Amino acid sequence: MSGLEDLYREIIIDHYRSPRNRGQLETPPAHRAEGFNPLCGDEVVIFIDVDDDGLVTDIKIDGQGCSISQSSASMMSAAVKGKSVDDAKALTSTFKSMMSVHSAEIGGDGSEADADAQAIDTELPLGDLEALRGVVKFPVRIKCATLSWNTLSQAFDELASSPDTE
Amino acid sequence: MSSLDVALIRQDFPILDQRQDGKKLVFLDSAASSQRPRQVLSAMDELYEHSYANVHRGVYQLAERATNGYEGARKKVADFIGAGSTNEVVFTKNATEAINLVAHSWGRPNLGPGDAIVLSMLEHHANIVPWQMLAVELGFEIRWIPVTDDGQLDLADLNTLLDGAKLLAVTSMSNVTGSITPVDLLVAAANNAGAKVLIDACQSVPHMATDVTAMGADFVAFSGHKMLGPSGIGVLWGREELLDSMPPFLGGGGMIINVTTEGFTADGLPGKFEAGTPPIAEAVGLGAAIDYLQTIGMDEIRRHEVELTAYALRTLDEELGSAVRVFGPSEPAARGGVLSFELADVHAHDVSQILDSEAVCIRPGHHCAKPLMKHFGVAATARASVYIYNDTDDIDALVAALKKARDFFAI
Ligand SMILES: Cc1ncc(COP(=O)(O)O)c(C=O)c1O
Repeated sequence: MSGLEDLYREIIIDHYRSPRNRGQLETPPAHRAEGFNPLCGDEVVIFIDVDDDGLVTDIKIDGQGCSISQSSASMMSAAVKGKSVDDAKALTSTFKSMMSVHSAEIGGDGSEADADAQAIDTELPLGDLEALRGVVKFPVRIKCATLSWNTLSQAFDELASSPDTE
Repeated sequence: MSSLDVALIRQDFPILDQRQDGKKLVFLDSAASSQRPRQVLSAMDELYEHSYANVHRGVYQLAERATNGYEGARKKVADFIGAGSTNEVVFTKNATEAINLVAHSWGRPNLGPGDAIVLSMLEHHANIVPWQMLAVELGFEIRWIPVTDDGQLDLADLNTLLDGAKLLAVTSMSNVTGSITPVDLLVAAANNAGAKVLIDACQSVPHMATDVTAMGADFVAFSGHKMLGPSGIGVLWGREELLDSMPPFLGGGGMIINVTTEGFTADGLPGKFEAGTPPIAEAVGLGAAIDYLQTIGMDEIRRHEVELTAYALRTLDEELGSAVRVFGPSEPAARGGVLSFELADVHAHDVSQILDSEAVCIRPGHHCAKPLMKHFGVAATARASVYIYNDTDDIDALVAALKKARDFFAI
């Protein structure tokens, strides 16, 4: 099964089996955002608390999906918890460029190729998230890996535009 | 053992004669789209190489041959499904367009506030969304026939659901569970209630003999690409007097008798519903697919698939036991050759990925039937489906690959 080991790294399976920050938060004060992968029906729901200083004080993940979408969501939650919204956004951009630079090279889905050149300058250490690098060899699975990140971006956008959450 | 000589049949399918990473390709996704035999490909090539021109109206011989090819295909379809007349056979792009045609040309003039139509929880989105779109616009009610735990229609309240309804639109075979629905009973109940009936026969027409006249429905829709034909062509069969009474769907060339600055006069059947240049080579390919299916025999095909489904259900149970949960009826004769399943707690996407590395092609996802997925409490299933070119070797390859997937994720 050559190639599969690149996709299903041990750490991915670990996050899939024991997802971090699984559950829900009370809304409000938390904000809830949901994302769908219309191709496979996977669904991720993010509950996020951002304090007055723009810090992600808590995050919970709900929903269902494959090993790639679930482990990516789990790692994402661990990576952004306690970070500032700005750092979380920078991380999102770094992660997506890891996914999309390659997807552009292999002619993958252009809709994910929105990482701007800036992202390269602000590259943050991805840590465990590096394990998802192998996904780019399996273009149809890139959407699985980016689902929770797109939902996180959506949550930040919604927070920024909704006056009821200072 | 089998009702069909699968080895011989496979020789007609060049695409199946390939290896993926050195492994024999095992194609188990015909419910999504089948493969096509050389006979279909060469019928289309032959048209393009020797007899192609736009159909109708051309006076030269090339155009006459193309028209004969196109209309000859219509005759083949009519005979294949037991239609009373070629006027009842409308070529569309696919089954989805056929259902949309009914929604627009029959639904729009006949449905409004206070009206109701009945769908089932087994339906493909193609037989849900066109009605929901129309309901938003016209304000009629959509009622749902529920489904039992083993994926069959729950008909306990059928007469109540049909009471006052104007249409029953229901599948003859689920593309998720393979469940065969009791069309005779459904049609009788709908007739009783004065409701018209549309049958989504996408999954049954390719796999078992169809007689639309005996069926007694008002409309039957199916797609060419699931029955060895090319993509880009579908069929709407409708009762002639009903089609006759309906306004056109799309407007344009080919569907008129006369056009003036004041307006237009629509053509008769079936041209009225075929605006624009139709799928000419695709119709010819579909005709060749029907010839091929009839040479094998629809009853033989059905028998082969029941045997193969029984073998698959038995082998899955023996080799994987409770690690596999198969959705749908447990009795092979109550279903088509479509097996949706869950493998332990491995997500369908991951199952398909591992199977692909073994050159086994199955489909993960919601199979365009999200209401049914919700009923089963799953986001996705893995689906394997068989056709005339599959045999027990393919099932054995499926089961072996599933064991690998189970073991891979058991680490
Ligand atoms: C039961 C059923 N209905 C409708 C369709 C839609 O067919 P098409 O995509 O060819 O229009 C399908 C195919 O996926 C199907 O299985």
